Amino acid sequence: MTSSSLSYPPGIAAFPHRGLVGIAGLAPHETLFLLDEAEQWVEFNRLPQKRDDRLSGLTIINAFFENSTRTLLSFEIAGKRLGADVVNMHVAQSSVKKGETLIDTAMTLNAMNADAIVIRHASSGAVQLIADKVDCPVLNAGDGQHEHPTQALLDALTIRSARGAINGLTVTICGDILHSRVARSNILCLSSLGAEIRVCAPPALMPAGIDAMGAEVFHDFNEALDGADVVMMLRLQLERMQGEFIPSPREYRHLFGLTAERLERSKPDALIMHPGPMNRGVEIDSDVADLAERSQITRQVEMGLAIRMACLDVLTRKVRGIEGWT
Amino acid sequence: MSIAPPLTITNAQLVLPEGDPVKGSIRCENGHIAAIGKVSPQPNDQLVDAGGKLVTPGLVDLGVFAIDKPACHFGGITRAALMPDQSPPLDHPARVRFAAQSGKPDFWVHPLAAATRKLEGSELAEIALMREAGARAIATGRKWIGDSGTMLRLLQYGGMLDMMVVSHAEDAGVAGNAVATAGEIATRLGLPSAPAEAEALAITRDIALAELAGARLHLRAVTTAGGLALVRAAKQRGVKVTAGVTPAYFMLSDLAMAEFRTFARLSPPLRSEEDRLAVLAAVADGTIDVIASGHDPRGPEDKRLPFADAEPGMAGAETLLALTLNLVRDGVISLSHAFDLIAANPARLLGANAGRLEIGAEADIAIIDQDHPWIVDSEEMAGSAGNTPFDKQPVQGRVLGLFKGGAKVGTK
Repeated sequence: MTSSSLSYPPGIAAFPHRGLVGIAGLAPHETLFLLDEAEQWVEFNRLPQKRDDRLSGLTIINAFFENSTRTLLSFEIAGKRLGADVVNMHVAQSSVKKGETLIDTAMTLNAMNADAIVIRHASSGAVQLIADKVDCPVLNAGDGQHEHPTQALLDALTIRSARGAINGLTVTICGDILHSRVARSNILCLSSLGAEIRVCAPPALMPAGIDAMGAEVFHDFNEALDGADVVMMLRLQLERMQGEFIPSPREYRHLFGLTAERLERSKPDALIMHPGPMNRGVEIDSDVADLAERSQITRQVEMGLAIRMACLDVLTRKVRGIEGWT
Repeated sequence: MSIAPPLTITNAQLVLPEGDPVKGSIRCENGHIAAIGKVSPQPNDQLVDAGGKLVTPGLVDLGVFAIDKPACHFGGITRAALMPDQSPPLDHPARVRFAAQSGKPDFWVHPLAAATRKLEGSELAEIALMREAGARAIATGRKWIGDSGTMLRLLQYGGMLDMMVVSHAEDAGVAGNAVATAGEIATRLGLPSAPAEAEALAITRDIALAELAGARLHLRAVTTAGGLALVRAAKQRGVKVTAGVTPAYFMLSDLAMAEFRTFARLSPPLRSEEDRLAVLAAVADGTIDVIASGHDPRGPEDKRLPFADAEPGMAGAETLLALTLNLVRDGVISLSHAFDLIAANPARLLGANAGRLEIGAEADIAIIDQDHPWIVDSEEMAGSAGNTPFDKQPVQGRVLGLFKGGAKVGTK
């Protein structure tokens, strides 16, 4: 584990934000502060007794307006390991389906006096909209095609713990960039920490103006892999592979699948990453996904828990009255 | 309809169809303009002293989505063309007749007949019967007609009836479910977007079909450099095409959508800075004929939503005059050109005997202080909703008095 050698301003000045809506708006030292805070939880989570009571008595609501298994589970465990009372709200069981507006739902959640709300929503900007209306910190667990900040932070932590630093690395992100909030948050996060970002996708899945965010655009995956230190594969939604964007899954694999042969083009020790869930045999071959020493895919899940614990800890310091944070 | 008593407005700077404002008076009788210039009031005239301010034609707004009389009167608008996108749509003569009467006497609504039944873009609506009921033109509504065969038949029919067809120019296939123009801002915000060329594609087809049909085509909002170049070229070869725009497209670029501001969710979506500058140039060189408000008041139930889920549209009637006068102050257009864009041209396109201070025209008149400064405030709009992207913007130009058919309208 390597923590950054930065020293931070004391107390709340190290992370002066009320919530975590996106990577956009974070200064690099604030990102590094969250990564450094997460380090302790990586170690902690490997202990047989993993219970810390610092959030005891606090209520955290996970409001997921879009289906999720991994992220919801990760946030739930993160809250529970820190001693908080965690409540999950699923869209299928909520009054949202009865036509209640998002603002009304937000006001209802606010009236429950939650101490933090974690939100996932299918519309870009929905999390900001709720964050503006509630009194407690809001964490974005993914809003539409906009941002997924904890995913970018966990990816940064994974890379840093494997490589020691992020500065100067070449990171290739390949897949459905157009519809990916993971790609957007990662481009912002990793480039702010000094990485060179390449994005690779067929033109129909590449958003216009992505180069202005600091990413170099590729349509040839072989070229994009040349000399890469990190290869991050994104999942392609099956419905986009039935002719609308891509003729077929096998044609997609032919051009953009990460195969063992293609991987040769990257650096010999290049890291292999995937935010999951994977389509094995489509965007990534099984032998690559399971490559010992190189594949970080399960490590990403582990780091995700640590990052979410760090975020919940940092963002509730004010309400807990921690010295310097009130 | 009662006829207003004779009226003389004195001490005015008259904004006439040509040239700089002229000092003088204007006299109205039987609801029409009777004399202009060095005229003396008759003994029984109602007298109004304009205090040396501008006296102009009342604004004619070619394109509102709601009848919002307080907002229009605040903005000096005496006539507005109502888009057929009502609930239910203006696709039936009875609804057109009702809409045509709904603002009288102090505000005239010129309904635009729905081009197709339910505005679905497939079957032609009863356009000739709607004309009898008061429809001044035909409109495709908020959407483009995707089927080129339907559009051709519509233009041919409109040509036969000598009715202008108002089209919304965005290629539906390219636009898809886009809520923003493709580019850095849309990508950073993660919003569904479509390339600006969706407009030029639609305009190419609509102009070709209008030329074939010999019909009059009005493109309600031309907002891109590519689209404007097509209109300019078509006009040069004599196609009967005209173009409109709303102030949003010469005042704002897609940067206004930052932080998911849904008041900047418009249709067509806000464009790039280059396109904004192209709109300004097209206003100046006459490629654009009409500046309209596109007035579409929306409450929080339509706007306080995630950006892509919010309804498009802005409240524009209150700010149309001030934002157009902005172009005069910036030296983009002359004062008389400004009133061509917001009064004379839309009136001519709608076949209304108004929009110009000339003898025989209906006495739709505004007294305007073009220097009066004020701040647009979404919390305190005259109309039914405050969804303006110009919130907190300082502007100049305010209506001091308004007359419809020579009768004073209650305004401040």
